[in-house]
Amino acid sequence: MRVRVRWSKHGKIRFCGHRDAARIWERAVRRAELPVAYSQGFTPRPRISFGLALATGQESVAEYLDVDLRTTPEELYDWAACMPERLSAVLPDGMTVTDACPLSPGTASLQDAVTSCTWEFALAESDVTSAAGWAARVRSADSLPLQRERKGRTTTSDVRTAVGDLHILDASVGSVLVAELGTKPRAVRPAEFLRLIAPPLAAGRVRRLHQWITRDGERYEPLAPEAGVLAPAGDSLAAASIDAVPAAQQEVCA
Amino acid sequence: MRSLWSALEPLLDQVQRPARYIGGEEGAGPAAHAPDKVAWLLCYPDSYEVGLPNQGLQILYEILNERPDATAERAYAPWGDLEVLMRRHDLPLFSVDTHLGAGEFDVLAFNLSSELVYTNVLNLIDLAGVAVRAADRSGDDLLVGAGGHCAFNPEPLADFVDFFVLGDGEEVVGEITEAIAARRSEGRAAVLEALAGIEGVYVPAAYEVTYSGLSAEVTRRWPGAPETVEKRTISSLGDWPYPKRQLVPLTEVVHDRLNVEVFRGCTRGCRFCQAGMITRPVRERPAEQVRTMITEGLRRTGYDEVALTSLSTADFSGIEELVADTVGPADDDAGGAGCPAVTVSLPSLRVDAFTVGLAAELQRARRTGLTFAPEAGSWRLRQVINKLISTDDLDAAVEGAFSQGWRRVKLYFLVGLPTETDEDVLGIAALARRCVELGRRHVRGASVTVSVGGFVPKPQTPFQWFGQNTVAELHRKVALLADDLRADRGVRLKWHDPEATLVEGLASRGDRRFGAVIEDVWRSGGTFQEWSEHFDYGLWLDAMERHGLSVEDYAYRHRSGTETLPWDHLSAGLHKDFLWQDWQDALAESGLEDCRWTPCYDCGACTGYGIEHVVASAVPPAGGSQGTGQNLLKPEPVPVQLLATRPLAGVS
Repeated sequence: MRVRVRWSKHGKIRFCGHRDAARIWERAVRRAELPVAYSQGFTPRPRISFGLALATGQESVAEYLDVDLRTTPEELYDWAACMPERLSAVLPDGMTVTDACPLSPGTASLQDAVTSCTWEFALAESDVTSAAGWAARVRSADSLPLQRERKGRTTTSDVRTAVGDLHILDASVGSVLVAELGTKPRAVRPAEFLRLIAPPLAAGRVRRLHQWITRDGERYEPLAPEAGVLAPAGDSLAAASIDAVPAAQQEVCA
Repeated sequence: MRSLWSALEPLLDQVQRPARYIGGEEGAGPAAHAPDKVAWLLCYPDSYEVGLPNQGLQILYEILNERPDATAERAYAPWGDLEVLMRRHDLPLFSVDTHLGAGEFDVLAFNLSSELVYTNVLNLIDLAGVAVRAADRSGDDLLVGAGGHCAFNPEPLADFVDFFVLGDGEEVVGEITEAIAARRSEGRAAVLEALAGIEGVYVPAAYEVTYSGLSAEVTRRWPGAPETVEKRTISSLGDWPYPKRQLVPLTEVVHDRLNVEVFRGCTRGCRFCQAGMITRPVRERPAEQVRTMITEGLRRTGYDEVALTSLSTADFSGIEELVADTVGPADDDAGGAGCPAVTVSLPSLRVDAFTVGLAAELQRARRTGLTFAPEAGSWRLRQVINKLISTDDLDAAVEGAFSQGWRRVKLYFLVGLPTETDEDVLGIAALARRCVELGRRHVRGASVTVSVGGFVPKPQTPFQWFGQNTVAELHRKVALLADDLRADRGVRLKWHDPEATLVEGLASRGDRRFGAVIEDVWRSGGTFQEWSEHFDYGLWLDAMERHGLSVEDYAYRHRSGTETLPWDHLSAGLHKDFLWQDWQDALAESGLEDCRWTPCYDCGACTGYGIEHVVASAVPPAGGSQGTGQNLLKPEPVPVQLLATRPLAGVS
């Protein structure tokens, strides 16, 4: 039985990379004494499927992973309900589980399902005007060429369709540039996106705000019922998860 | 107190593996500073990945933080990329716990587990913002301390470190804290004088050393300092169940698992082994405490692997039972989807105490690497070094491993041992071939990795008088071995760089004059010398020459019995005449039986300090000759202090 977990990563822990986070999670599910299923073979590991990797140094309020539990369908809801608290208690400072919902069997993996992510880039005060000008030019541009290295060869591809909404917003910590970047067929990484911006921005904090699954023209977050989360009638747990907007995101939207 | 985090954070976006600088480990802190407390910055002079797991540092970290009059934080050597940025932005060495600058602390204390970190020690003192030479520090400048195995000949660092601690640190860190707190209002000199009077503490400034040629003379300058500094020994490990909260790092480190020390000290009497000589006597942790530390530790950390650490873990009374209990009950959940068995690793195994039963218990969980250390390729040479394992012992251990499903074992050897001939060196190859042959009876593709290190004679051991093999000789012996093993597909040969072996030897038995060489190499940029990609042999040779010191004198010549050794005013409890007799016995190819199962030889480690072995059983465990060369089939109780009376598995 599979449970999808949403978690956040902020502060000093952002310097732990994806592999480090995976090791922290393996220890956390053991410490939380969850009935986690293990892989077979010479080195059995807890069955955790991680979503899209977050680069070392980046923060996120929208990380997801799927955990396999050895439990009955009846008990699954109880386990999912206690996971945010149990896991947050054993995760290091800066890693918090904000939600957990059972998945219906056969739900596509995060890696396969997620089609875009919304990112937030902190702007230095002196960069706000030029970033706004660049965003305006991109909005009306037909193409957006990006040079990338792959296997020693430099290729140029047009990523205009992969760069969605661009906004400059005022958050309490200062101005931020918010951008939706596609992940398929080939993701535009935040670092690549920053290379597109001219003139370049001063280095600042990067934070993932959302992951999106687009199907038939509609966008869903990975914990929405449409994404495969089990939501039996009258179950407040799954319903609550859809409305739960991370605090950081509310701040940006306000 | 100002955290440097906000200045450090932007730099971490520019360096490799920034997670090693953020702290936040499970089990860390909280650091509660107060003006009347003594603040310790415990520093491992190598990268975080190597230093974090160090148990000695973690033990002292907890003990100090439990005291009302002390607080302790940790620091590690920043990697080169960060060091450049720190120096450019004028950031000092910082603690990883709360990112305070080193200057906010009273004591900067190093763990010295290898001689090749000495240049890092100087670099870290410099990064801490004080003068590297102790004589140039004054007033409220940090007190620089050091402990660990290298403190048994700390003379090469005598000019840079204010005080050294010899032996177990559990008790003495408290006494040092109290002395600092009591005397600091009177100034630095008063504090150092007080430290020099504490048993187990060596203050180099309290002694004057004069050299003429090869001989040295040590004179005591302060009346309060002892003639000879004796090491500290805790009489019972059971009184010190530390670490209680082992640190769980957020990023990958070496030995990334729960570590439980099952005993300290070793009585096998291997003559090359400094650890075995300086940590006597054997003090076993009560089995019940070991079990509690494992159970609690696994639950608290989330690790699925535990290492039972000691100098020879298979010697632990009732080891088979302990491993069986730790691995857990036989897996009923045949589907394999449930929580897997706990992996137990035994980092130092003697072949003569490794039984098929033990192998069978270990293999129920994930099979970790098995390393056996025969050390020498012939029985003759093993008698010289007093590693009395017979060919039968080795056969039984290797067969035990392969029959229980291991496909590869690692064998560790030393070359450059006293009296070694080419025949002994080639004996290593023969032994490895034999192991592969035994293995192939059980598994296809059985293989053996032979790891060869160059022997470095260490202070406070019977081999402290031995002239180390030259770099050229070690190269020749390794080549001889490589040539002989070239056609053997089942044997993989690895060896340690003979140049690094020489530098380790220079520092290991060096005197105060060698300090100038360390400083010279450090000033030329030679840090992280224990990392082969950074080790710079040329820097060391040039520095030796510049300071008029001879490699021959420091490393290659045999020392005489009448010579004053640079560490003669420091004692690990072992009588010098005992060590000399043991050296003569070695040359006569005469082994010395394990004193745990025989009457006392009066080496001094027990009798001198009024302590004795603390073990759970007065009879030897079963299996092989136990490396004693003795008939242990009719074991008789020996005069040791007994821990518990629980029955032992496997003892008839």
